[in-house]
Amino acid sequence: MTTLFATIATKAPLILATAEEGEAKAFSDGGILASGAWLIPVVPLVLAFLIVFFGKRSPLKGWGMAVTALGFVAVYGTVLFLMNLGEGITYEGAVWLADIGTTAFGTLSIEWGWMVDGLSIMMYFLVGVVGLLVFIYAKGYMEGDIRYTWFFASFTLFAGGMLVLVSAPNLIQLIVGWELVGVSSWLLIGHYWEDHENSSAAIKAFLTNKVGDAALFIGAIIVALTVGSFRFTDIMEVVASGGPDSPLATYAFWAGLALFIGAMGKSAQFPLHVWLPDAMAGPTPVSALMHAATMVTAGVYLIGRMFPFYLAHDFAADVRLIIILIGGATLFLMGLVALVQDDIKRVLAYSTVSQLGYMTAAMGAGAYTAGLFHLFTHAFFKGLLFLGAGSVIHAVHSNNMSDMGGLRKYMPYTFWTFVIGSLALAGIFPLAGFWSKDEILASLSYASGEFPAAEGGAGAANLVLALGIVGAFVTAFYMTRAVYLTFFGKYKGHGHPHESPRVMTYPLVGLAVGAAFAGLLNVPGVTDLFTKAVGARFVAVLDHHAESIDYTIAVLGGGAALLGILLGYRLFAKDAPTQLERDRFSIPVLYPLLRHKYYIDDFYMEGIIKPVRGPVARGVDWFNGHVIDFVINGAGILARAVGKVVYAFDQGAIDGAINASGAATSLWSGVLRRIQTGRVQQYATLIIAGTVLLVGGLVLFQQI
Amino acid sequence: MGWLENGWGLSLVVFLPLVGAGAVLAIPKANEQAQKMSALVFAGASFVLSVVLAFQFDYGRSMDFQFGTDLSWISAINSRYIIGLDGISLPLLVLSTFMTVLSIVYSWEHWPEPHNPKAFLSLILVLATGMAGTFVALDLILFFVFFEVVLLPMYFMIGIWGDRNQAKLPVFRRTIEMRLYASIKFFLFTLFGSAFMLLGFLALYFRSGNFNNGVNTFSMEVLSEIGRMGVWGGTFGFWVFAALFLGFAVKVPMFPFHTWLPDAHTAAPTVGSVLLAAILLKLGTYAFVRISIPILPDEAHSWAPAIGILAVIGIIYAALACLAQTDMKRLIAFSSVGHMGFVMLGIATLTDIGINAAIIGMVAHGVITGLLFFLAGSMSHRYHTREMARLGGNQKLMPIMGGILGFTAMASLGLPGLAGFWGEFMSLLAAFNPIDGLSDNLFRTLMVIGAVGTVLAAGYLLWMLQKVNFGEPGEEWASHTFHDVDGFEMAAWAPLIVTIIAIGIFPRIVFGATNDAVVSLVASAFGG
Amino acid sequence: MLINQFLILGGALFSLGVYGVLTRRNAVMVLLSVELMLAAVSINFVVFDRFLADQLAGGQIFALFVIAVAAAEVGIGLAIVLLIFRNRRSANVDELDLLKL
Repeated sequence: MTTLFATIATKAPLILATAEEGEAKAFSDGGILASGAWLIPVVPLVLAFLIVFFGKRSPLKGWGMAVTALGFVAVYGTVLFLMNLGEGITYEGAVWLADIGTTAFGTLSIEWGWMVDGLSIMMYFLVGVVGLLVFIYAKGYMEGDIRYTWFFASFTLFAGGMLVLVSAPNLIQLIVGWELVGVSSWLLIGHYWEDHENSSAAIKAFLTNKVGDAALFIGAIIVALTVGSFRFTDIMEVVASGGPDSPLATYAFWAGLALFIGAMGKSAQFPLHVWLPDAMAGPTPVSALMHAATMVTAGVYLIGRMFPFYLAHDFAADVRLIIILIGGATLFLMGLVALVQDDIKRVLAYSTVSQLGYMTAAMGAGAYTAGLFHLFTHAFFKGLLFLGAGSVIHAVHSNNMSDMGGLRKYMPYTFWTFVIGSLALAGIFPLAGFWSKDEILASLSYASGEFPAAEGGAGAANLVLALGIVGAFVTAFYMTRAVYLTFFGKYKGHGHPHESPRVMTYPLVGLAVGAAFAGLLNVPGVTDLFTKAVGARFVAVLDHHAESIDYTIAVLGGGAALLGILLGYRLFAKDAPTQLERDRFSIPVLYPLLRHKYYIDDFYMEGIIKPVRGPVARGVDWFNGHVIDFVINGAGILARAVGKVVYAFDQGAIDGAINASGAATSLWSGVLRRIQTGRVQQYATLIIAGTVLLVGGLVLFQQI
Repeated sequence: MGWLENGWGLSLVVFLPLVGAGAVLAIPKANEQAQKMSALVFAGASFVLSVVLAFQFDYGRSMDFQFGTDLSWISAINSRYIIGLDGISLPLLVLSTFMTVLSIVYSWEHWPEPHNPKAFLSLILVLATGMAGTFVALDLILFFVFFEVVLLPMYFMIGIWGDRNQAKLPVFRRTIEMRLYASIKFFLFTLFGSAFMLLGFLALYFRSGNFNNGVNTFSMEVLSEIGRMGVWGGTFGFWVFAALFLGFAVKVPMFPFHTWLPDAHTAAPTVGSVLLAAILLKLGTYAFVRISIPILPDEAHSWAPAIGILAVIGIIYAALACLAQTDMKRLIAFSSVGHMGFVMLGIATLTDIGINAAIIGMVAHGVITGLLFFLAGSMSHRYHTREMARLGGNQKLMPIMGGILGFTAMASLGLPGLAGFWGEFMSLLAAFNPIDGLSDNLFRTLMVIGAVGTVLAAGYLLWMLQKVNFGEPGEEWASHTFHDVDGFEMAAWAPLIVTIIAIGIFPRIVFGATNDAVVSLVASAFGG
Repeated sequence: MLINQFLILGGALFSLGVYGVLTRRNAVMVLLSVELMLAAVSINFVVFDRFLADQLAGGQIFALFVIAVAAAEVGIGLAIVLLIFRNRRSANVDELDLLKL
């Protein structure tokens, strides 16, 4: 037998250039840390299995193993991240799994590998660090849960799936991680499956994602068959050298669009965003991790991974027009919906969708760093906000802000960290969100001058820039509302709220530090650490990087945010006997529209799902029973009817003849049996008589 | 180990179960323990031997037939006892012996009524011989014999141990007993196809002399060589392919020849459904790969668009039909039609990727749907109903059973990392670039529709899980105590679970055998 | 040549034998009648042998054969008759209708 595993030689850096200068730059290959990075996805996956089988018997009921897994990833990711900040690492390891046939370009293989470059290192770091804090927090939050161990098993699987996804050096493995994340999110969202609504939300998430996945499949298929490989490095090689006549270029638009639709599913872009707010049915730590570092970032990550493909004019540059518009629509429309939510987690969920819109729009505008930078900072403050919301929910046993109010006094840690998170999200100087959002707006403004994608590109970029500034206002507004309704005024819930245990507040503080300072990694004109870090790729990522801060944009964005906070303060600071009275800004038409989420969910439910599950499915089943089976059963019944006729003929005519011959035989035998007497002499007589007759006849007629 | 190589090993794999059936019949009826043991020993020996063959197999030349022999059999019509194993049949042979052993293990304590282990076991063993034989036969008549041998045991299994419920026939308003209706439908439907198939075989036989120095032959290898020359001739080839297609498509089953399947699966006893789904459906698809494509490549080429369209109709149609089902077992049965649609789509592309996809799809469908039927059987045994509306909260009543059901449903919807993914994804992959001469646009449309099918598949499986596993248990079960998965069930299922994961993570288990064989098959049939 | 007389003698003997076979009740007498028929045939053989002047004397040799066979036949026939008589206390052929079964 041939060797079971054959490791493919690791790739040397393909194009040694950074974006701006175009100067040759060699990245480190990361040494043993990079070649051992396959452990990053494998350790959580293995531990997830171990928790399933041994978790219940272990002293910490599985939490220990889960936190070990994430701790390992966090430490590994941090070390790699720091190293990458220093010199930049590019490494690709791969294990050949199997050949699956041939294409026009030779044998097509599937591989398992691990990519260690700026992009994936950033994700390792995020998933590890944010994940670790969330896992620690979850110990307090999930205490006493009916399926405590199972929760940590699926949670670890969730993180492991995400790590499979981000470590993937090829599309197949990316799909594997992609769906692992999907299925474990299904498990986690439906964690309290006794309730029909929760399992429905889980199914909604899975199916919406599956729609994206189907498109992702198609995109991956097109790319793989026009390149002859699933590997990103091979794809990028074609992008770098292929030109407009390469097979990939021919189908680049469709491939790019299909991949983007896949990304839309995971990153909850309009109109495939519907699953994310419903995903709040899961326990809060799940929401925190899902919205911060894992799952929803996957779509943006995919665009980042394929970025040169989307950037190159000969390839999928035209798709970017769609990307930027979808991103703009998402950031604006979903931000508005967050205004009217009563469930604190739903406010944050719609906020996530809106922020993902920012990232997508940035990617569409060709701003690789800006999009990823927002992803990076967003992970900290959105994780923080969700954990803070969880802490509040833990205290008041309700998700609804109408049961809250005045919690500032009872929960100081939660309050202060939540405020830091809100300000960061709103984009207030100098917190993380300010820098990243500013960078996105700046690149949108830059792109409106340079946008190469299509004729309408500049207009689209300008439009999205305007939406982005308005979006900043809306973001600040709804966060102010959430903070006031939750923490200010008089407490309107039941019981006596209390601060959460330290196992929950410490992670809040940790994330608050990140939310405050993460933005300093990439201050225009001061440092470009982050740009260089995520730019450490095998292939040059051509990206605009601002030399200095664009003050117009900064003032516009920051001003919009401040305005939002002011307006929020004006509207919501005043206490009232019930939250409903505080929370009142009924604008006709718009308000019901927002409350019904633009009727999109209803349209999917009533317009697609119910008809398909109902009339269409029943119609097919009816067709099966009444048409196809009609033919089959009809043939059978007809055959039996014909059979009866044939049988009648058989009994009447054919059997009649047979029976008649039988009767004749028996009649004759009755006659002839008489001559059989058993007496030899009679027989002899007959023989002799016969002989005489015979001989006599012969003599007479033959004349012998 | 010369005897392994020269045909004896392979023949033993095929005929040991038949000997076992004789042995079981020879044991007095009262001695059930001995019957079970001897059935297990013979099926197990066949399985072990097939695994030994898999290890002895020379993967470097998996395109050649190995361990084979060629003996005189029916000399009057030059039909010979030709058997052999190549990379395409190897995984399927191992799958069939594997599933037989698991079925016997599962049956150990789970006998369908009327209680008659002796008859049941001997039928399983006869079935095993038929299944294994079909995968190794390289002579059309020999193939036909094995192909038909599987009908009888299955007919009796459904007819004797099947579902005794009464049902009303739509349109005709006749009341029928499910087991009788289903068994007869299964038998006649399949026989109907086989009749045409045999005609096709005979036509090939009589025509083959013209191109084979006047010697008529049933040998697949010789016929493939003739096929490679492309000399069959248009009308002749068309009708022969049509006849073979009818025979194989009924067995697969392809839309619109599939309606025997839901009835047969639903009515069959658990082990019957398992073997039916896991192995019997593969006989049809295997025959397409082994017979139709190499022997009639030009005709396969011209028929491919039709096959592809029917396959994709099957995918969507089955998914929609699944959504309408209220009976859990019937839902799983319909899902088979959809999965076999993906397999047929892969075959219809006539590319090596597509046929690889088809084979791994067959193996994956065998283990996954086999496990699903095991589960459905065990659950209906406990609940005495298969109506999903009455189930619910199964995860609470039987956590392990529910967990395995969830896992298997995930595998069935094609979750990457589990076995079902490769077949689905790769047949879509192949559909993007079908072989030269087929319409790219048509197959790409089929690819997109097939991808939509994966979404629908996720839908019906998730909703099934929601109805069966999740929620609170109904009140009618309040006073029942349920026994979660027992030892024999676990012994039968654990190997399947391990196989599903193993193939999912490490598909070379299958591709390692098939790839070279498939590449050479496509290259020799279609050139280049 | 005086062939006709011999043939008439043979024919008469044969006819007497046939008459005896068909009419006698006693099995022993039936056997004796058969002997008469054989004797008639033997006469015919010898006569035709002479008449045709056969070089190999086939007719005479056949006559000798017939005599030998007749002797054997009588031996076996009498033994059978004896056994039947012992079982049935009778040698009357009218009572022997075992062939009817």
